[in-house]
Amino acid sequence: MSVELILTVVVLTNLRLLGASRLGACIRTVGLQGLLLGLLPLATGGRLTTLHVVVLAVGSMVLKGFVFPRLLFWALREAHVTREVEPFIGYTGSLLIGGFMLGGAVWLGDRLVIGGTTDLSWVVAVAMFSILTGLFLIVARKRAIHQVLGFLVMENGIYIFGIGAIPGIPLLVELGLLLDIFVAVFVMGIAVYHINREFDHMETDKLDVLRG
Amino acid sequence: MNTTISMQSLINFFLAVVFAPLLIGLINRTKAWFAGRRGQPLFQLYYDLAKLARKGAVYSRTTGWLFRAGPAVGLAAAIVAAALVPFGGAPGLIRFDGDLVLFAYCFGLMRFLTVLGALDTGSSFEGMGASREVTFSALAEPAMFLALAALVRRTESLSLSGIYAGIDVEVWRTSPALLLLVIGTLVVVLLAENSRIPVDDPNTHLELTMIHEVMVLDHGGPDFGFILYGGAVKLWAMSALISGLIVPGHFGPWCGTLSGVLCMFVLAMVVGIIESVMARLRLLRVPQLLVGGAALSAVALMITLS
Repeated sequence: MSVELILTVVVLTNLRLLGASRLGACIRTVGLQGLLLGLLPLATGGRLTTLHVVVLAVGSMVLKGFVFPRLLFWALREAHVTREVEPFIGYTGSLLIGGFMLGGAVWLGDRLVIGGTTDLSWVVAVAMFSILTGLFLIVARKRAIHQVLGFLVMENGIYIFGIGAIPGIPLLVELGLLLDIFVAVFVMGIAVYHINREFDHMETDKLDVLRG
Repeated sequence: MNTTISMQSLINFFLAVVFAPLLIGLINRTKAWFAGRRGQPLFQLYYDLAKLARKGAVYSRTTGWLFRAGPAVGLAAAIVAAALVPFGGAPGLIRFDGDLVLFAYCFGLMRFLTVLGALDTGSSFEGMGASREVTFSALAEPAMFLALAALVRRTESLSLSGIYAGIDVEVWRTSPALLLLVIGTLVVVLLAENSRIPVDDPNTHLELTMIHEVMVLDHGGPDFGFILYGGAVKLWAMSALISGLIVPGHFGPWCGTLSGVLCMFVLAMVVGIIESVMARLRLLRVPQLLVGGAALSAVALMITLS
């Protein structure tokens, strides 16, 4: 029951990301999503060892809920960007596309049989929806910050898939994954800052026209 | 159609017809309390209705029969909707498979005639208000149908009374997310359809910013009374949809009705609180709110599908 509730709130945060017009709100929403995902292993905890679950939960909550938002807010402040998102596809349009993506994800969740059961269809659907949302944010938004956020949301989708659908991933693998994301976000945060300092903006569509 | 009428359904219907204006009074008192005023009396709308009923109506020479038909048909449609809606665990006065479509389109008919009446006056302001009203309701309608579709899918029943009979504590235990999402959507639809604050300000005095109020500016006397009373009954009927989910009345007939009425009053206060703490949304942002509401119930529907 609680898993269903958490996953539903994750879906809502994804929809909020698609509809939000402020960068700060987007960063906060991704942080909230990270916190929720930290709770997920505690909710599904029955089949995992206690230490494993606790380390994973605390690690991902601290990293995704506090460190990443801090880092991104720092990049935002240092880069002195305006707070508007400036999308390629409008907010209402994004929400509608989000609805279709959710439908596709649910359809996929029904089709994908994992481990011989179909009990996990909602987990798979939410995982797929997060991955699709992340990809959509990466292509449909101008600001480089949003590329980082899209990447994080996509990773969250993969994380949901791992926690909910595949039992018994070794602790070392998951911790390594967390470290990888941390480094990636760290590097991207700094890259955003430097892009902004060199070119006075961080709009990715303007980077196409650069020549070496 | 089921023709047996239970005593409780009948009493619920009379409660709806009698107490509907009280909801508006409660909303206004809550807003006044938040603003630190004493506010108008709780029964102000009753006094207003009595005053308007004593007056005569004035009709412009440019208007035709549509303008006069609007308020009466609107009130009739609202009362039919109030008869359809189940309340306090009892089924509605009228019930048949698919009555939820009739329920939604009672309000559609009401709005359609109000809009026609507004266009009939030939006033440019009223035409503008009509255009806005139609734009927003076109977005609110799919939201409401998605929410009802999620409930239909969960309870496997096609009539409003059947759906609400199927909602009990067990549903709350097994799928709280579904019910919360549906309630969220219905609250957004309630605010939009009854022209409450995040969408429309019922107290505004500037024609340019009005949506619903501007359409009824030319009505006077008993006609305006019909419109006010019809609006109150509509508010009651739509709130009953929400309160039926929050208080699944399986505590016996009298307790069910009593808890239902209490829940309605609490809902009216919640609407008053929402109106007090929120500013009105920019006109361009309203579609976003409504699409967001529809998205909530789309998620609910997906939960029932998966």
